[in-house]
This record gives sequence, C-alpha cells and structure tokens, in this order.
Amino acid sequence: MNRDATASAPAIDWVGALKDAFFTTIVLTAILGPFIGLLTVQNMEHKLVLETRWPLLASLVAVVVGGRLLLKLFVWNRPTKTKKAPFALPPEVERVAAPFFIGLLFVFPVVILSTLGAGGSIKWIDNFGIQILIYIMLGWGLNVVVGLAGLLDLGYVAFYAVGAYSYALLAKTFGLSFWMLLPIAGVLAATWGVILGFPVLRLRGDYLAIVTLAFGEIIRLILVNWVDFSNGYAGISGIPRPTLFGIPFTAADNGFAATFGLEFSPIHRTMFLYYVILALALITAFVTLRLRRLPIGRAWEALREDEIACRSLGINTTNTKLTAFATGAMFGGFAGSFFAARQGFISPESFTFMESANILAIVVLGGMGSLWGVVIAAVALVGGFELMREMDFLKLIFGSDFDPTQYRTLLFGFAMVAIMLWKPRGLISTREPTAFLKERKSVSGSLVKEGHG
Amino acid sequence: MEVFLQQLINGITLGSIYGLIAIGYTMVFGIIGMVNFAHGDVFMVSAFIAVITFLALTTWLGVGSIAIVLLICLIVAMLLTSVWNWTIERVAYRPLRGSFRLAPLISAIGMSIFLSNFVQVTQGPRNKPIPPMLKDVIVLVQSDTYPVTISYKQIMIWVVTAVLLAGFWYLVQKTPLGRAQRACEQDRKMASLLGIDVDRTISLTFVMGAALAAVAGVMYMVYYGVVSFSDGFTPGVKAFTAAVLGGIGSLPGAVLGGLLIGLIEVFWSAYFTIDYKDVAAFSILVVVLIFMPQGILGKPEVEKV
Repeated sequence: MNRDATASAPAIDWVGALKDAFFTTIVLTAILGPFIGLLTVQNMEHKLVLETRWPLLASLVAVVVGGRLLLKLFVWNRPTKTKKAPFALPPEVERVAAPFFIGLLFVFPVVILSTLGAGGSIKWIDNFGIQILIYIMLGWGLNVVVGLAGLLDLGYVAFYAVGAYSYALLAKTFGLSFWMLLPIAGVLAATWGVILGFPVLRLRGDYLAIVTLAFGEIIRLILVNWVDFSNGYAGISGIPRPTLFGIPFTAADNGFAATFGLEFSPIHRTMFLYYVILALALITAFVTLRLRRLPIGRAWEALREDEIACRSLGINTTNTKLTAFATGAMFGGFAGSFFAARQGFISPESFTFMESANILAIVVLGGMGSLWGVVIAAVALVGGFELMREMDFLKLIFGSDFDPTQYRTLLFGFAMVAIMLWKPRGLISTREPTAFLKERKSVSGSLVKEGHG
Repeated sequence: MEVFLQQLINGITLGSIYGLIAIGYTMVFGIIGMVNFAHGDVFMVSAFIAVITFLALTTWLGVGSIAIVLLICLIVAMLLTSVWNWTIERVAYRPLRGSFRLAPLISAIGMSIFLSNFVQVTQGPRNKPIPPMLKDVIVLVQSDTYPVTISYKQIMIWVVTAVLLAGFWYLVQKTPLGRAQRACEQDRKMASLLGIDVDRTISLTFVMGAALAAVAGVMYMVYYGVVSFSDGFTPGVKAFTAAVLGGIGSLPGAVLGGLLIGLIEVFWSAYFTIDYKDVAAFSILVVVLIFMPQGILGKPEVEKV
C-alpha cells in the first residue's frame, strides 16, 4: 500500500472490508431475495404464480453493499470526534422564532389564495395546511402523554375516535352546533382517558403501551361491530359542517357568501376550517406550555425521568399520570371532532392502529417533549409526501404508476428505528428545564445519563 | 357435546399456532426484558416466505408430493426467517441496549410497521391464496346433525408442533446453548463474567424465536390457505396475550397460554358471537395485565432501584 500515508489517515483494512461486503451480500440476498427477487401475482385463472425481478434485486443489493463498503472504508474508520454540543437555537432566534412561525401560519392561506386564485388554492390549503395542522395538534396532544409524562400510549387514536364519533352522533341526533359540541367532545374524550387510564396506569412502561394498544383496538372493533350505534364499516356520513356564528358556508340565501355579499366559493369554508384548526392547535401549544410551568407539569417531567424517585418524594404518581392521560385525550377529542366536521364522513377505517403509530412517529421523531420537534416532524412526514405527489418528474424516473404515498408508512417505520439508533431523544433533543436555580441552563438528552428514561 | 368436541379440536390447532409465536415473545422478554413488538410481523414474513417457496416448488419445479413440498417450505421458512430476525436484532435492537427504557420498544414498533409495509410494497396489498391441501378429514364421532371431524392438516399441525416443541425443549434444557441462555436470563453480567458470549446468546435467542414463528407461519399458511401483509398484527397481539397469560418469561407458560387463547377464541366464536372474538382476546390481555401481571406460571416481578 501507499508508503507515504501519513499517520493521521488510518490504514484501510481492505480484507476486512471485503469480507464484510461479502457477508452483507449473502445476508441481504437471503432476506430480500424472496420479497424483491420474486413477486407473487394472480394470473388469469386467479391462481397465484411467481414472477421474477432479479435485476431489481441485484441493483438494490449492489447499492446497499456498495454504500456500506464506501462508508466503512472512508467514513466509519475515521477516529471518532469529540461529542459536539447539542444543536440549540440561539436565544435571540428562539425568541422571535415562535411569533414569526405563528405569523407565517396566519398569512399562509392568504398568500396562497392571492397567488393561485380561489380554484387552485383549495388543494394547497386543505391538503397541506389543514392536514398538517391536524397532525401537529394530535402530535402536541400525544406529546403531553409521551413526551412530558413519559407514558407510551399506543392507543391514542381511540380518543381521536371518541371525539369524532361524539361530534358526529350528537350533531346528527340532537342537531347541536359544532361550537357547542367541541368542548363536549373534549370532555367525553378526557372522561374516556380517565376510565381507561385508571386501571392501567399502575403498570410499568411497556405493559402500559400494550394495554393502551389493546384498548385502542377494542374501541375500534366496537365501532366496527356495534352497527346500531356507529353504523359499522359503512361509517357516518352527512355530518353537519361547522358554521360561523350560525352562518353556514353554503350557497343558500342565509349562507356566508350571501350574507357578506361575496360570490359563493368553496374556498370560504376551507379558509374557515384552516383558521379553526390553527386556533385549536395554538390553544394546545399554549396550554401545554403553561401546564409545564405548573407543579403538575413539573411532576410529569419528573415522572418521565424517574418514577421511583417521584414516589419517594411524595408525588402521587397515579393522579399525575391520570391528568397527563386525560389532558392528552382531551386534545385528541378536540382534534377528532374537528376531523369529523371537516370530512363530513367518518368510519372506523380512519382510526386504526396505523394512525396511532403515525402520530407516535411524529412525536418520537420530533423529539419527545419538544413542541418544535413535533412541528418539524409533522411538516416533513405529512407535508413531504403530499409534496412528492405533486412532483411530476418523479413519475418520469420511477414510472407512471409511481405513488409516493405508498412508501409513506414504510418510511414512518424506518424513520422510527433510525431515530432511535441515531438520536434517541429525537431531532430536537434539548430540554429546557422548567425549574432552575439562579440561571437557566439547557440540558440535553444526549448529555444526561439515561438510566430510567 | 359434538359442537364442544369439534371446537376443542379446532381450538387446540389454533392454540398451537399461537403457542409457537408466543415462545418468541417470552424468550426475548426473558433474556433482555423487551416486548418484541415486531415478532408478529416476523411471523407474517415467514408465512410469505412459505407461500413463495410453495409456489416455486409447485409451479416451477413441479414437485408433486405434498409432504416433500411442505417439508422444504418448513426448512426454507425457518432458515430465512431466522436470518431476518437475526438481522433485525443486529440492526434495530442491539445498538439500543443501554439506551433509555422505551427505546427498544419504539424501535420494535417502527420495525413492525416497516415489515408489514415492506411486504405490502414488494408483494402487493392483495391476499395471497394457495390451492387447498390435505383436505381429507377423519370422522371421529358419527352423527347426522353434527359429525365431529379432524382433518389431516390439523393432525399435521399437532404432530409438527409437538415434535418441534420437544426438540426445542431439549435444546433449552440439555445443551450448552440452552444453559447459556438460561444463565443470561438470570443475570446477564454474571454470565458474561463466567465466559458466556452474551451477545451471541441473545442473537441465538432471536434466531430460535424466529424459527418457531416460521413453523407457525407455515402451519398458518396450510391451515388457512391464504396470507396477507396485515396478518402479522392480530395474531401477534394474541400470541403476546398468550405469553402474558402463561406468565411472560416462562416457556411452558407460553405454550399453555397459547392453547388457552386458542380455545377461548374458538369457544367464544362458537357459543357467543364471532364478531367480537378479537375484542375477547384483547380484553383478556387487558384483564390479565391489570390483575395478574405475573400470569399463570410466571414469577412475580420485583422492582429494584
């Protein structure tokens, strides 16, 4: 090998690297071979037959092995650098970031509307704005449970469902308005949180996760099977839409457009819904931030760090967990009733375990306990895929039937694993202490020894 | 009476499948204290490997003997699923040992989502049916209204499960590997001080769990004749329920729990309502975890600081 190699560049272990590449090739071929190399399809007689895709398998294996080899040779064998200080925004930026961001959210639909016109902007405001904001709100709600109190809730979507069905059923049966039912849906969801939470919150972390999962599934299965109550798989349609102080968004004479002398356009309702969910999400964030400064919020965070220490200090852990659970459930209920009002149609299909997992992925990726992290993760994961669907050049590369949303859940799962390996505390891992002596210091998840999580 | 007997036979068959999956949960929990959430999807992956092998053998190679086809399916599925689970442990769980408590669980949930969607994307979202096999039945009780029967595939499932469980029991109880595994279960640090390669033992635990899940996967394919990418979730949760019911960490408990869950599910469907059979299984999970977290054969857990 090169004799002039300086001491600082470590010798490359070619034999080891090639051995590793060979081994990786074998393992990858074994695990991917049946799934990517072969494809099961039904032929004309509805019998299952196999088709081969060897070139695809070979190229995929080559890419992974080649990438790993290059990383191994040129990146991973470098001497490890000293740990960098965690990423944190400078305080001046942080002070203006939140007002700036909120301002941006307020002008977003106006800007879109003025550039694209009424027809073209519905899609952007609805698919991007409202969709992302729903996920941000759900993420913030779940953040109270997972991020602050450290309780892994795999059945969060149950409370979303409770909110949605409360609104849909009460509005259809009793004709109550959205604004009346919104708090009722929140209270009902919180009540369910207490009912479900009370027996299970004595359990330790992973058992709690599984029990919440079971509860989420039970609620969904009841919605599927109790047809008299929820109309089963067929779902509930024709749910009344929200009104602006009693003014409906219809083309009728007493509608919004007629009342204000505007030309009727569906964009009015979309804009209205956008601002409703924006307000709901901001309330969630505001309440969360204020709660963190109350004794209960501090108790949540203490509980997340060490439950036994909490008990020793005389914190009533059951009540503390229960309030976190109920608060999270309440926000889930608000989001659920908004969802029902926005869609006008709900069915149990919207409340599967995958939905819980998606919301959890947003919280985990963003950084448990960080409001900013949830925003970034929701925008990236929900908005990113909506954006990819709009990009036509991707169809040229991957073929005309390329649909990126197909890969969305795949990426959610992959990202959850990757973030645990790479940054277990999430993208934004700085944790602001809410209680401090004399001086505020930021504590990073990566600097703290993690014994109990 | 005939209905009862028939459901007993069906319940034991279903219970053997759950028991085989439950062993994977209970072993992993015993050795590293982690709920391997992705295990149900590993089971689903094994069923797909079995279907693909089955098709390759019957349509490409034209192997006619059903016994040889199933034997090869079983071997291939066990081998490849073991490689899958070995890789998963290596990539997604091993680096997280010593991270915060919920990290491996979250990683496992991510892996579970990844696996089911990987299969969905690569093999398509449709159900994958294979031609029915071993359809013949033996009539046990002659009756005009309700003859009690046992089919050849049920007999096969019982026999294969019993033989493999016996082999597995021998492996854990009598071989050095099994001893190392039980030692790691009791005290990982002490075991490593005594010269046991703990990482290797944990890897082998995942491999063994996957091999048994693959047996369950092949049996599932034979029994139902159809697999789909979403088939991992519900059997996975039911098998986990079985492991918890039997006492998590206890191997006989997992088999016992599996049989109980299978019987409960089948009897519930027969005597009450089939719509709520999954609700029954999930409710048992909740009730057991709340009132009896140590299960039937498990040891009560002591919390140490």
